[in-house]
Amino acid sequence: MTPLVDLKEICVSFGGIHAVDHASVTLYPGEVVGLLGHNGAGKSTLIKVLSGAYRADSGEILIDGKPATIQSPRDARDYNIETIYQTLALADNLDAASNLFLGRELVTPLGFVDDDAMEAETRKIMGRLNPNFRKFKAPVKALSGGQRQSVAIARAVYFNARILIMDEPTAALGVQETKMVTELIQELKKQGLGIFLIDHDIHQVKEMCDRAAVMKNGQVVGTVNVDKVSEDDLLGMIILGKCPPGAIPGPGAINPEVAAA
Amino acid sequence: MLETAMSGSKTPTARSMFSALQLDTRLLGMIGAFVVLCLVFDFVTDGRFLTPRNVFNLTIQTVSVAIMATGMVFVIVTRNIDLSVGSLLATCSAMMAMAQTLVTPEWLGLGLNHPLTMPVAILVGLTTGLVIGGFHGWLIGYLGIPAFIVTLGGLLVWRNVAWYLTNGQTIGPLDENFQLFGGINGTLGESWSWIVGVIAVAAAVYVLFQARRAKISHEFPVKPLWAEVVLGMIISGTILGFIAVLNAYEIPGPRLKRMFEARGEVLPDGFTAGYGLPVSVLVLIIVAVVMTMIARRTRLGRYIFAAGGNPDAASLSGINTRFLTVKVFAMMGVLCAISAIVASSRQTFHSNDIGTLDELRVIAAAVIGGTALSGGVGTIYGAILGALIMQSLQSGMAMVGVDAPLQNIVVGIVLVVAVLVDIIYRKRTGD
Repeated sequence: MTPLVDLKEICVSFGGIHAVDHASVTLYPGEVVGLLGHNGAGKSTLIKVLSGAYRADSGEILIDGKPATIQSPRDARDYNIETIYQTLALADNLDAASNLFLGRELVTPLGFVDDDAMEAETRKIMGRLNPNFRKFKAPVKALSGGQRQSVAIARAVYFNARILIMDEPTAALGVQETKMVTELIQELKKQGLGIFLIDHDIHQVKEMCDRAAVMKNGQVVGTVNVDKVSEDDLLGMIILGKCPPGAIPGPGAINPEVAAA
Repeated sequence: MLETAMSGSKTPTARSMFSALQLDTRLLGMIGAFVVLCLVFDFVTDGRFLTPRNVFNLTIQTVSVAIMATGMVFVIVTRNIDLSVGSLLATCSAMMAMAQTLVTPEWLGLGLNHPLTMPVAILVGLTTGLVIGGFHGWLIGYLGIPAFIVTLGGLLVWRNVAWYLTNGQTIGPLDENFQLFGGINGTLGESWSWIVGVIAVAAAVYVLFQARRAKISHEFPVKPLWAEVVLGMIISGTILGFIAVLNAYEIPGPRLKRMFEARGEVLPDGFTAGYGLPVSVLVLIIVAVVMTMIARRTRLGRYIFAAGGNPDAASLSGINTRFLTVKVFAMMGVLCAISAIVASSRQTFHSNDIGTLDELRVIAAAVIGGTALSGGVGTIYGAILGALIMQSLQSGMAMVGVDAPLQNIVVGIVLVVAVLVDIIYRKRTGD
């Protein structure tokens, strides 16, 4: 089976610092792949190469097995890659509909922005995602954390994403809202989307993901099937860079012999 | 009609009826402040402030700053500033003055007051503004120099480019057709003013009607019909009232006589005519409508506000924020050129000091009008009202006989207090 996304030997450096160093990760349709690692391990940077926010210095991005050129967020969107950033990337002064359609506004035949049509679409998708959402006219600044999150999620889901990138989607959420996100991920997975999930919470990764790739110092320590390893194994990978048995070691693993044995 | 009006609340109180109008409270506050200001000045000057003559003068004095203030809204909304608008106005004015007194009559041999002179001069001015503004935007957006620095440099550069171009001379008189944009020398007369007024009323009613129809087609809640009708009547009344006042300012007898003599006719006994709507004010109205459309109904406007609210979110959404900066400053440049047309033709010549300190008036107008320096917030109508309030304060105080230093002290205090009130208002309403 051809992977939906195949990131090969991606390198990104900022002024001599190798933020991402020959990292390779794959993602299959209907799969959730967790990206784990400390702050500064390079997971956000790696994923921003896929979402078009950064450009790789070297390496290759394959989508459906074909080489893809992603030089801007607009290119990524053309490949149906949608990203939910940790900061949510919402314009606080605009309302939910304007944010949802930012950069892809619906227009009238004369080319003017069609606010009413966008609000109607926003009401529809919000009715599915978060039926309690009411504040369609207010700037998103006036919304709660969970409501803001649902605007960001709606934006990613509305445009028929095939590849979804979520950067700590539950970091700022309460229990109820976290549950909503978890259920949504399962639902999208069933629809055949591939999802990259960046997270700190090992427990959550074990619960939500199929596979996990662990990064340390810009390198991939290894990729594991989350059902085959314990939380302690994952912790060992994150902190020590030690691959447990059954993991596919990457360039960042400290003793590949263990894994090979 | 009555049923729909009553269905919301069974016993309509004054408060619930007022909130049914769904008016922008901030706009109301500004209009309220403006009305109070006018009434106070009118009282203190024994009714001289609100005469047709003074209203006419007030509007034509406001136009130049108001036009630039609409552009300054976009500049400030995108978290930038433009300190060079007064100087840019001077350079555009110098270019246009030279185009119409040197290039078309002498180099092209068209002579004075040729019909082509005015359009050529205006084209030269608009191009100058567009290029210089776009250049500022490129320095800011692509080279990353802060707008404050680029336009502070521009303040010095363009003021003195204007001086250098003209060798410091005053250039005039300007082309007769060009002077039509100056205010008193170019008005529509009574009938045309009424026609413009009626068109404006029709347009306003159409916009209200369309907005309501679109809302109904999407099944959104709408205001009760009576509220729409009241709103339409208030807007229509204001427009027609304004036209009536301008038409009531009569052209003085001797001037009327000269106008008739110029056409080879004799002034009939007892004949009077009003000035009507000045062309410059019509230009401001068109600029205001176009800029409001850009702000509210185009992608460009949406991106300007998005980039001001959260620049990172805007660029992650695929918006080219660098080129956006170029567009915003290019628009500002074009508006400076339009202001230069109005300002130079109002004084009938180009002078070295034209537009001096306008940058401060323009920024103050935008800020008094509710544009937040932190970015993302501002309205076109607010900036125009801000310009009108500033100009009313200044000329009102001059009329009362307040000393010049005191006038500026008051204007300075008003600027700071207006922003303070705005901050408190925002905190209370949470938006």
